[in-house]
Amino acid sequence: MKTKCSAQDRSDRSPVGVEVAGLSKNYEAQTVLKDISLSVKPGEIFVIMGPSGSGKSVLLRHIAGLEAPTAGTVRVNGLDPTDPATRDRFALALVFQAGALFNSLSVYENLALYPLEHQLCPKPQIRERVMRALKILSLENAAEKFPSELSGGMKKRVAIARALVMEPQILLYDEPTSELDPVMGATITEIIATLKNEYQVTSIVVSHDRDLALTIGDRVAILMKGNLRTICTPDELRRVKDPDIVDFLNPKIDLKNPRYLTLEAS
Amino acid sequence: MNKLNSLFEGLGSAVVLAYRSFVSLPNAPRIIKRVVEQAFFGGYSTLPIVTILSFFIGAVLALQSGISLQNFGAKQLIGTLVGESLVRELGPVMVSILLAGRVGSAITAELASMKVYQEIDALVTMNIPPERFLVLPRLLAVLLYMPVITIIGIVIGWFGGAVVCEYVGFIGVDAGQYFHSLTQFLTVTKMMDGLIKAEVFGFCIILIACNTGLRTRGGPREIGFAVTRSVVLSLITILILDYFITKALA
Repeated sequence: MKTKCSAQDRSDRSPVGVEVAGLSKNYEAQTVLKDISLSVKPGEIFVIMGPSGSGKSVLLRHIAGLEAPTAGTVRVNGLDPTDPATRDRFALALVFQAGALFNSLSVYENLALYPLEHQLCPKPQIRERVMRALKILSLENAAEKFPSELSGGMKKRVAIARALVMEPQILLYDEPTSELDPVMGATITEIIATLKNEYQVTSIVVSHDRDLALTIGDRVAILMKGNLRTICTPDELRRVKDPDIVDFLNPKIDLKNPRYLTLEAS
Repeated sequence: MNKLNSLFEGLGSAVVLAYRSFVSLPNAPRIIKRVVEQAFFGGYSTLPIVTILSFFIGAVLALQSGISLQNFGAKQLIGTLVGESLVRELGPVMVSILLAGRVGSAITAELASMKVYQEIDALVTMNIPPERFLVLPRLLAVLLYMPVITIIGIVIGWFGGAVVCEYVGFIGVDAGQYFHSLTQFLTVTKMMDGLIKAEVFGFCIILIACNTGLRTRGGPREIGFAVTRSVVLSLITILILDYFITKALA
């Protein structure tokens, strides 16, 4: 994946670890995260799973430095991720759930923005790097298109390609395989694994995708209603007895006694 | 009390935004392309409407003052009155109001939309400061095009007044006399006063527009509210600043 010019030329490329200690987040009266503590080892694939609204994306935004905790601390290699100086030291990329592409820029310009703005290498090499990322995600023909011309799945792929161009040391994914067809979902899963195996990129993946978590995750955290229920390996997760987690991982479809009626009654 | 808090919060964040933008000034050579794009967008989109309105404001001013001054036997001073009013007051204020409505609103809508759809977050994670990438080019651009469109507006306003003098019979002053009285009392200092006002107003409008856009929270509905807030705040700021700058320059 790496080309001659890369973010590694300007910073320490050793794998990056994350420490979260006693993290709580309130939005006015609503508590979204409650006393979360976890640590992500350098070069690890750490998957965060949980039902919708459990606070997974908020946790990811804290690790990316986009939110300040109400209580507790988040550290990336011992540094505060909300401090721009920290981002100067590490190449950190976040793949947003909805892509967050720059709508006024073409796909090519979206991808080239980071190396251009940080003057990482000459324009021909940036082009080579961008086209390579587009090829990996089967987007060669979309280079000149604008985000408004792309489908939801294509936007997601462009967002991943944009992250790849950054050649990050730590890559955060918010639902990377949602809105993708199974083949592209598998491709993304393989890319995440390759980045870890070949380049020791630390990956934190928020996902509902059980196959992704159990296939490539080194460890999996389960978050429910803002609480961290467990952190375990995929093998341990398969054997877990907690009924909420079992129900979340293997929901049974019961047409005779539908779940919505139970929810309605409660 | 909440509104007062929010007002001071907004003021504080605008000052911080301006500071953070100008801290990136050493990067100015890298953003020249974006400054030119913004100058073209701001100047080009405002100019047609400035042209039309300036002409008619000059014309109305000549017509009104013509009727009034005739009663005092001072109709030969129409040129001075129209000229000075446009240079020191109406030109900068009118162009600024149009700037707030046309360019300021568009900037707020664009940045608010970028905020709501997480494009600003994406910039932050890419370690590209929005202040350098989005705000500084717009602030530098307005400092470039504001004096130009203000001068164009003033000159067209003068011509609007001249057309009225020439073709409205009862005023009894021809275009030659009008321009003679206009140039007689006009000085470079008065012209500079107007341009200083225009620069300050323009800078504040773009700063308010960027700040309001970047402070937008919530969903798409908030984009519309942000635009309204930005335009109203800009108009109030123009009129308040106008008083204090006029007093300072008097």
